[in-house]
Amino acid sequence: MSAVLSLILWLPVLGVMVLMFVPRDRIETIRLVTLATSLLTFGVSVGAALAFDRAHAGTMQFVELRPWIPAIGVTYHLGADGLSLPLVVLTTLLTLLCIVYSWRVEVRPREYMALFLLLETGMVGVFLALDFVLFYVFWEVSLVPMYFIIGIWGGTRRIYAAIKFFLYTLIGSLAMLLAILIVYFNAAPRTFDLLALIQQQPLARNLPLAIIAFWGFFLSFAIKVPMFPFHTWLPDAHVEAPTAGSVLLAAVLLKLGTYGFVRILLPLLPQAFAHLAYAVAVLAVIGAVYGAVVAMAQTDLKKLVAYSSVNHMGYVMLGVAAAAAAAGRPGLAGAAVTALNGATVQMLAHGVITGALFFLVGVIYDYRAHTRGVNDFGGLGARLPVYTGITMLAMLASLGLPALMGFVAEFLIFLGAFQVYPALTVLALVGVVVTVAFFLWTIYRIFMGPLNSRWAALPDMDVRERWALVPLAALMIVFGLYPRPLVDAINLAMVAILGSIR
Amino acid sequence: MTADLRAITPELLLGVLALMLVVLDLVTDPGRKRIVAWVGVIGLLIALAPSAALFFNPSRLVFAETYAVDPFAAFFKLVAITSGILVLLAAMEFYRDQSTHYEGEVYSLVVFMVLSTVLLSAAVDLILLFLAFEFLSLVSYVLAGSLKGDRKSNEAGVKYFFYGAAASAAMLYGFTFLYGVSGTTNLYHLMQHVAFLSPGFLGLAVMLVLAGFGFKISLVPFHQWTPDVYEGAPTPIAAFLSVGSKAAALAALVRVLYVAVPPQGWVTILAGLAAISMTLGNLVALPQQNIKRMLAYSSIAHAGYMLIGVVAVVASPTLVGSGVGALLFYLLAYTFTNIGAFGVATIVGRGLGSDAIADYAGLSRRAPFSAFAMAVFMLSLTGIPPTALFFGKFLLFGAAINGGLLWLAIVGILNTVVSLFYYFGVVRAMYLMPAPEGAAVLREGGVARVLLAVTMVATIVIGVFPQPFIRVVNAASIIGRF
Repeated sequence: MSAVLSLILWLPVLGVMVLMFVPRDRIETIRLVTLATSLLTFGVSVGAALAFDRAHAGTMQFVELRPWIPAIGVTYHLGADGLSLPLVVLTTLLTLLCIVYSWRVEVRPREYMALFLLLETGMVGVFLALDFVLFYVFWEVSLVPMYFIIGIWGGTRRIYAAIKFFLYTLIGSLAMLLAILIVYFNAAPRTFDLLALIQQQPLARNLPLAIIAFWGFFLSFAIKVPMFPFHTWLPDAHVEAPTAGSVLLAAVLLKLGTYGFVRILLPLLPQAFAHLAYAVAVLAVIGAVYGAVVAMAQTDLKKLVAYSSVNHMGYVMLGVAAAAAAAGRPGLAGAAVTALNGATVQMLAHGVITGALFFLVGVIYDYRAHTRGVNDFGGLGARLPVYTGITMLAMLASLGLPALMGFVAEFLIFLGAFQVYPALTVLALVGVVVTVAFFLWTIYRIFMGPLNSRWAALPDMDVRERWALVPLAALMIVFGLYPRPLVDAINLAMVAILGSIR
Repeated sequence: MTADLRAITPELLLGVLALMLVVLDLVTDPGRKRIVAWVGVIGLLIALAPSAALFFNPSRLVFAETYAVDPFAAFFKLVAITSGILVLLAAMEFYRDQSTHYEGEVYSLVVFMVLSTVLLSAAVDLILLFLAFEFLSLVSYVLAGSLKGDRKSNEAGVKYFFYGAAASAAMLYGFTFLYGVSGTTNLYHLMQHVAFLSPGFLGLAVMLVLAGFGFKISLVPFHQWTPDVYEGAPTPIAAFLSVGSKAAALAALVRVLYVAVPPQGWVTILAGLAAISMTLGNLVALPQQNIKRMLAYSSIAHAGYMLIGVVAVVASPTLVGSGVGALLFYLLAYTFTNIGAFGVATIVGRGLGSDAIADYAGLSRRAPFSAFAMAVFMLSLTGIPPTALFFGKFLLFGAAINGGLLWLAIVGILNTVVSLFYYFGVVRAMYLMPAPEGAAVLREGGVARVLLAVTMVATIVIGVFPQPFIRVVNAASIIGRF
């Protein structure tokens, strides 16, 4: 049994334990320990990705299955396939970049670094867990560090935003706990093993109960995504969180929700999901359009990016809902796979692009202008060439410019979804138009026009900030031009997930 | 009829220990009363061994079939003795450098209280049950009022006494109903008669009995004493009331209901009470400003959660789905978590002279260890993994669903969300609020550090490696059928 997944999962916790023995005032040591831990974790995850057998990306690899609580049939079951492994690498990469970016944090640095490492374990655990109880534990574990990250290092309304985030997501988690128990008690033999339950389809013959369980899972995942109308925690949390917190929130934590939809809800309760897919798709399209329109109205750059997340996650959910509606219907199998591929690529693309955007907001806000008002800037293009270049690249990628990562994702989603929900897909395209408009308008307002004399002395990005951003910019271009290795691996995983639906 | 003294070794040990402490208190100089507590701790540690050994003895009834020796009772002995040890440690911190004339008596009375809870959880005869119940009550009244110079403590003692006297009377009246129609006070004999009673008559008897147990458990609507008594009583004593006496009363309740009364109407009544207790406890806990009052309402809410385990009367091959098993696991987890939380309240209350939650501001800087431990306890009380009460709630909600009480699980979950708000109010104060200007560092005593370390490690270990605890609970959840 390979232990590489456990290594990725527990290395950050090991780092936290080391940090506990570093004196509070040895700031440099604290930073180096954290950097080394996150670098090592990232290295191992990249190693796993290289060792990963891409020809069999649809099956779980590096599987670890050990007893954990045999008295109640709970196992320590980890595995990675073409869906989870890219998300794990995304997580470890972004955590590493967050540590690099947060080099200058001086308020309680030891707690700060420890919380980011704990958060990493929580997030990676959700992507790797193949046992429901294990999944749930990591799902909850990822909440607590974020509460403190927002609450201690956040902006002026941090306390409100932190508890709001926690309360919203906890409602969802507990609804999921009920759903898990409902599924468990209807399985024969009773088990918490995700793969076994998917094979068993315990609620296949009991649609009313399956729908109750569906809403339990749905509430949890939809709050996390967040889907309209459960998104109201997101602007508060994003705006108040410190830069690195916003990055992980947008790039990874939101993906836990969409991952749950694809990994659990779709294959576990396919009938119920197909039954309710149209409602989910409608909410997704409302979210996509609403997010774009509200983003356009924002003058706070961070809020603008936050609402653009609501918009982008709407596309993901449209793809998932279309796949759920099409799954098992002859003639639409291809559409289902395409839409789901698009949704998964969009998860990764949104992680890379929006992660970069939040870093970029931080670069200008945290250490330079101390304002995020879109209208306060102007003409920065001449003053900050590197910053301008990367920001424009990220914004163009976000609005879906061809040859950048976002385009691949959105194209696949719309291609698949159009065959299932033509009218809704056309409506969602309105969102795309608005997105293009507000990002171009934002670029214009910040970088074009005459230079606002207040910013005449603003320095460009320093080395540390470049280290945090150049890798993300490179990924946007590489996977925009040559998405094939990524899409191939994802495709096999999606075919396997949809293939399990009869 | 033989007196099987070996079967009650733990009880004999506890009785001798308590009497020893009374004498030791007489011969110990004021200011050195800690010795009494240390002897108590060591004695209780010794008493753990024979209690654990009872797990491996065959289940039987002793003393003219009035007293049960079974794994169920053994489990509650362990819980009672463990909470006794932890409470003694907390009491040592409470009286550190602030000794009163009554310090030694408090230590010996705590051991008496442990003895009474042990008796209560093993009694299978109505008379013995009532005597144990009164024994526990009398010791509790005295301990609640043991800060004689403190008006709030006096109020706590008197209030507890009046409520308790009324509740005991109601319970005794209920017992007379059962005795009157069956002519026996033995639960196992009672069982054969009760099945023929009219539901209305039986319901009345059960409700009256419930008044007594509900009072001890702090179940709505018998809960009104709880906040005032917790606030006024010495903090370590409040800790024992919230854990030890609650556990023993639940044990007795489970035994009476499962052995003597067939699961008919009372299931619905108790399920309703569980839902009301959770909801009322949590909602009223929200605006509380005082940590002890907050913990009091929290303990009312937790009584509601625990009652889920009583009403989910359903067999299950594994522990997931077994009501009693879930209840026992929950009690075990709650014992460590809640005594730990009261332990921090003791330390802070002693250091700051205040129990206001607002005064916890900046505690993460002033007393990092206490603050971290408190954060763990608050996480556990909310039910966030990887802490002990997460698995407690997991098992309880599982039992509810398995028992066809999905609605009760939903009520429990909504209440959990509400509870996050006030538990994290404490965390918010400790970690997110700055300490007041010029606030000094708060030093915990050595004993208090041990207490916090033990309770915190237990809270986390039960949450991460629940397997051995679940096995123990599984063995203990079989109530002897004789």
